[in-house]
Amino acid sequence: MLFFEAVRMALNTIRVQKLKSFFTALGVCIGVMFLITVVSIVDGMGRYMETELVGKLIAVNSFELRYRPNFGAGEMNRAAQQEFNRRPRLLESDVEPVAEALGEGSLWAMYSTDQLKVESPFSRPRSATITAIDGQYFEIKKLDVTVGRRFTAAELSTGASVVILGPDLVKRLFPTVAPVDRQIKLGGKMYTVVGVGESLGSAFGMSFDNYVYAPFRSPVHRLLNKQPHVIDGMIIQVPVADMLADGQERVRTIMRARHQLHPAQKDDFTIETSDTALEFWNKIKQYLILAGVALPAIGLVVGAIVIMNIMLVAVAERTHEIGIRKAMGAKRRDILMQFLIESATLSTFGAAMGIALGALFALLIRSTTPMPTYVAPWSIMVGVLIGAGVGIISGVYPASRASLLDPVAALRQE
Amino acid sequence: MSQQMEEVALGITAERQAVMSSAGMAPGKDWVIVARGLKREYDMGGEIVRALRGVDLAIHRNEYVAIMGPSGSGKSTLMNMIGCLDTPNSGEYWLNGQLVSTMKDDELARVRNKEIGFVFQTFNLLPRATALANVELPLVYAGVSGNERRERAAAALERVQLGSRMTHRPNELSGGQRQRVAIARALVNDPSILLADEPTGNLDSTTSEEIMRVFEQLAESGQTVIMVTHEPDIAAHARRVVVLRDGLVASDDKRDTFTKAVGLV
Repeated sequence: MLFFEAVRMALNTIRVQKLKSFFTALGVCIGVMFLITVVSIVDGMGRYMETELVGKLIAVNSFELRYRPNFGAGEMNRAAQQEFNRRPRLLESDVEPVAEALGEGSLWAMYSTDQLKVESPFSRPRSATITAIDGQYFEIKKLDVTVGRRFTAAELSTGASVVILGPDLVKRLFPTVAPVDRQIKLGGKMYTVVGVGESLGSAFGMSFDNYVYAPFRSPVHRLLNKQPHVIDGMIIQVPVADMLADGQERVRTIMRARHQLHPAQKDDFTIETSDTALEFWNKIKQYLILAGVALPAIGLVVGAIVIMNIMLVAVAERTHEIGIRKAMGAKRRDILMQFLIESATLSTFGAAMGIALGALFALLIRSTTPMPTYVAPWSIMVGVLIGAGVGIISGVYPASRASLLDPVAALRQE
Repeated sequence: MSQQMEEVALGITAERQAVMSSAGMAPGKDWVIVARGLKREYDMGGEIVRALRGVDLAIHRNEYVAIMGPSGSGKSTLMNMIGCLDTPNSGEYWLNGQLVSTMKDDELARVRNKEIGFVFQTFNLLPRATALANVELPLVYAGVSGNERRERAAAALERVQLGSRMTHRPNELSGGQRQRVAIARALVNDPSILLADEPTGNLDSTTSEEIMRVFEQLAESGQTVIMVTHEPDIAAHARRVVVLRDGLVASDDKRDTFTKAVGLV
């Protein structure tokens, strides 16, 4: 029999028995709804991680040289921790040789960072992220000022007591007055505000705009690293993505030479790219996806059992109809297809409701919580396919029973 | 008994010849139905019921035949055989030159679709489908495409004077109208035989007459009609009456002899 004929018949059945169809398809609906919601959360966070967060924390076409990894440090085992603790720290004296080893057009910056208390005459002390920088930090991070100016080359080289503040910190330290040319107090010393930086945004409700930037050679760097001449890391940016591997190799070679490692020894420093940062995220994502599959799976199994039951009832109720159809020349395959398509249509109908509800949930989550969500087109496709698949699987047994009915016995049944 | 002896004496048994010609031989083209020694047994919970015990029957193209018999005589079983809804345990059944008795389920379905138009006592229309959709049903399984299907179904409904009731559902139609929808459905695929099972059993006498007139007209226009009934006055409309008793053919008469025998004239 024609495929569309069967679909039309199935849709007609759904239309005639709206409420019954709704409850039948509820399991599949809930399963798919969970799937769409969870996948949209995972996907939204993934996109956020890949495009926004990592782009901000680690600039494009760049990598960091550190003595130990920044991302995913929480997952380390004891042996790895001890290995990291034995590593030599990165020194101010490493910066120049590394910078000289870089290829044409590469940019570099160095930094040290920590959380410290900041004071202003207009506010009580506030905690902020203090970063002492040198090199082309603002150029690499594509960070500009909205008010005032960046540091001058002279300020960077002489270590002037000047700072650039993040917008959130400005609101706290200078709630009523313009911040430029005013003073803040950091570790007992006074610094002049020369500019207000752009917003870096936030992730999961945590603001990145609570920052203070100061020239590396200003007195603040002594507060950031207790040991003298130690820096937290270097950021190196290559002009195009193709040169990333080459740039990393150059830095690796010079650092191995400086640490006098012989070829059998492993690196005692870390070169971290945005991929390394994403690896950490990918690990979290695996667990989230697992949860995102397990929850809907329960709903779908329940949904499949319900649909199978309803289809068995439908076959029993419509035995006489099956008899009529067989008398009119319906083959086994025709009856089988009719019930399979009916069960698949019913289930897909449930999946469609689930997709709509899931998308609605995703939208609701996006607008009411800081969690970014994104309904991926592929998850809609998967939802539809799951709907049809569950319907076909749960329809096989009832449909084959219907197709094997004896026409004489089926006709006799009222 | 005397009946059969008379037939032998008169030498009129072309039917007998068709049946007797050697087993496995396809009958001549004029014979739409030839059954040779049909036997059918049922296992009713350990007890073997012998519903048909060797039925011989030959029906000519364009004939109008009634099959009669009291309940338990095997007439329903025979109807199921003729209608290709069931197959015999032994014996041969030829329908329109095809040996049906050895066919598998799907071949039987194809033969039912192409060769047989069923008319049932309880109409057996799909309750949720319109008259037109009901008539379309055999064409759907014949693989006829949408537009042609609708045209042919509409034409069949016109033939039974139901052109104005096409979009009505069975529960919006009278008994007589429902049976005419069923007749339209039976005719829509141009079957070799129109097989009616107690077609007036659920109708009042006026409507019965009306339905019988439809069968009469179809028979006159050359349609082979086989009607299973237990009512002698319905059977009397047919040109030939076959009576079953205890799973065997008890008598096989032309109408005039039959009507005389049951005292209808």
